[in-house]
Amino acid sequence: MTTTVTSLVNQPYKYGFVTDIESDVIPRGLSEDVVRLISSKKNEPEFMLEFRLKAYRQWLKMAEPNWAEVGYPAIDYQNIIYYSAPKQKEKLNSLEEVDPTLLETFEKLGISLSEQKRLSNVAVDAIFDSVSVATTFREKLAKDGVIFCSISEAMREYPELVQKYLGSVVPVGDNYFAALNSAVFSDGSFVYIPKGTKCPMELSTYFRINNGDSGQFERTLIVAEAGSSVSYLEGCTAPMFDTNQLHAAVVELVALDDAEIKYSTVQNWYAGDKDGKGGIYNFVTKRGLCQGVNSKISWTQVETGSAITWKYPSCVLVGDNSVGEFYSVALTNNCQQADTGTKMVHIGKNTRSTIISKGISAGRSENSYRGLVKIGPKADGARNYSQCDSMLIGDNAGANTFPYIQVQNHTAKVEHEASTSKIGEDQLFFFAQRGVSSEDAISMMISGFCKDVFNQLPMEFAVEADRLLSLKLEGSVG
Amino acid sequence: MIIDHSNVILSVKNLTANVDETPILKGMNLEVKAGEIHAIMGPNGSGKSTFSKVLAGHPAYQVTGGEVIFQGQDLLALEPEERARSGIFLAFQYPLEIPGVSNLDFLRVAYNSKRKHQGLEEVDAFDFDELIREKLGIVKMDASFLSRSVNEGFSGGEKKRNEILQMALLEPKLAILDETDSGLDIDALRIVAGGVNQLSNPENAIVVITHYQRLLEYIVPDYIHVTANGRIIRTGGKELALELEERGYDWVLEAAATGVAS
Repeated sequence: MTTTVTSLVNQPYKYGFVTDIESDVIPRGLSEDVVRLISSKKNEPEFMLEFRLKAYRQWLKMAEPNWAEVGYPAIDYQNIIYYSAPKQKEKLNSLEEVDPTLLETFEKLGISLSEQKRLSNVAVDAIFDSVSVATTFREKLAKDGVIFCSISEAMREYPELVQKYLGSVVPVGDNYFAALNSAVFSDGSFVYIPKGTKCPMELSTYFRINNGDSGQFERTLIVAEAGSSVSYLEGCTAPMFDTNQLHAAVVELVALDDAEIKYSTVQNWYAGDKDGKGGIYNFVTKRGLCQGVNSKISWTQVETGSAITWKYPSCVLVGDNSVGEFYSVALTNNCQQADTGTKMVHIGKNTRSTIISKGISAGRSENSYRGLVKIGPKADGARNYSQCDSMLIGDNAGANTFPYIQVQNHTAKVEHEASTSKIGEDQLFFFAQRGVSSEDAISMMISGFCKDVFNQLPMEFAVEADRLLSLKLEGSVG
Repeated sequence: MIIDHSNVILSVKNLTANVDETPILKGMNLEVKAGEIHAIMGPNGSGKSTFSKVLAGHPAYQVTGGEVIFQGQDLLALEPEERARSGIFLAFQYPLEIPGVSNLDFLRVAYNSKRKHQGLEEVDAFDFDELIREKLGIVKMDASFLSRSVNEGFSGGEKKRNEILQMALLEPKLAILDETDSGLDIDALRIVAGGVNQLSNPENAIVVITHYQRLLEYIVPDYIHVTANGRIIRTGGKELALELEERGYDWVLEAAATGVAS
């Protein structure tokens, strides 16, 4: 079947290069002055500075959470650079004015920003360290009234939208990392789909960390007005450094009446070497608000990178008949640690949610699913179905499942299923005895295990995700 | 048709093997010719199953000595998948369940691995579908088994029938059936044995590992070997099975011990 798997599995992390580019960097450390400096560098409206300061002051009073099933040395927040931007002209009129080094970098990552080679049906916002360097297809999208731009631009051009929705789903003091993000975030993507509009193409943001000492704090905000729909995909990579980089992003989604948002992630941050040295700390808050009736938010994530993943894309189902979905494949290898899952909070009547979580642990990694299903007192007829499957590869990996179920309405129906399976010597021998090589056997078993989730991804990314998993499992068995 | 001049398919000489440093096989000798059916019987722990896994190349067993020639080739030098592709088939005592992988896909990939090895073109999904449907009749399996995950939720009998289906598809030169009769009711046993008999021909050979004479009423062997303590201590015709059924293994073991002593 996949003859390319053999050659693929022998490749090292191919996105581990560093781009040599002059950057505008502020000194290490965090203080109220730094927050003000970031805001002024970005020429933000006054309300944004207030937003940031409020978040910073809350953050000071908070403590880093320690309940997740992950371990790492204490992070020195004063040793992180909170703003790093490639030096280029302030205002870009066209792609031709983007630094060619940056275009080359994204080209190398397989993301073509140039007019001729773009994916024809995908608009891309490319984010390098802290800033958005280019957004493609903007004019075309604008014809339909769709706004797709960096969040910095949105603050300046559409302040009323940003002010109305920013922090409305994830409040500034929501949690430690969200508060930190709210204080210092430097860029991210903004999407606005007007009433009754079906976004004509896939939207996508590509995040690239380049600087080894800077943290990456992006903020994504997607608003789907009544009757609209959008499919959004994010991808990410980082160079290989011996040190750990902190990535604390916040994503907020708002779906109004009958609106639908599909948010997919293929996360491939650098995971550290096989002994656990280096890699990204991925501490991310993602939440969607199904505010309107019949609205729907669907999260699909394929998590393969990062030294540590701490992430729970959630849905708050306020509108009656609204639907939340979470489809996840989390793969950990070597010394990676992942504590990931979702929260489905049912508030409105007849709200429905589905959780399909697939955890794959190889090497000496630890992979935990943590999920909350909460049915509020007014959520008559709410339904949830959860399925959490773990697959262990080899004998030294760990998998945990922590489901939390809180039901306050007796008409609700909640189902939870879980399973554990294994790819070990015996499974591979069974395939080998039928003439099938280990590479093909693993690839078949992993594809089969992840099928329910990959089916949710846009076609071209599903193939990519499948290949990515084979690549990540290099030498993990036998 | 060109017939191998020696018509010996498998020749095992003085084979010794360990599991975790513990010697299990202590000098196995066996010669199997085309068209023959051999049965290996013996008490638990005598090395029967280990022998089958060592031939198939299970990584948990270390060969410490001896040689195995399969169709003129040094079998021990081959990887497990190469052994399979060149015609060794092991029907497992406990076939594994592989969730998420459809039986049909599994069978097609296995079949194409062998085709590729033979330098033949791989068969596409449509042609394969036709091919496999023809084979289903051999083990009286319903086509609905094809769309299910490999062995997942199959009954004991269905798993064993699925093993024989794989054998029918892969047309091995040497099929080793490791306690294929264990856990089968009489109807399933008849179906499985009937399948094996249909597949037996003058070009291939079958080695049946079993505890019971029952299976040998359906699959009639040319030779019966009795194993004890990691070697074959007695070889006889099919009537030996009846004698074993009646008298147990002790008399063979004793006879062998006396033989060694004298």
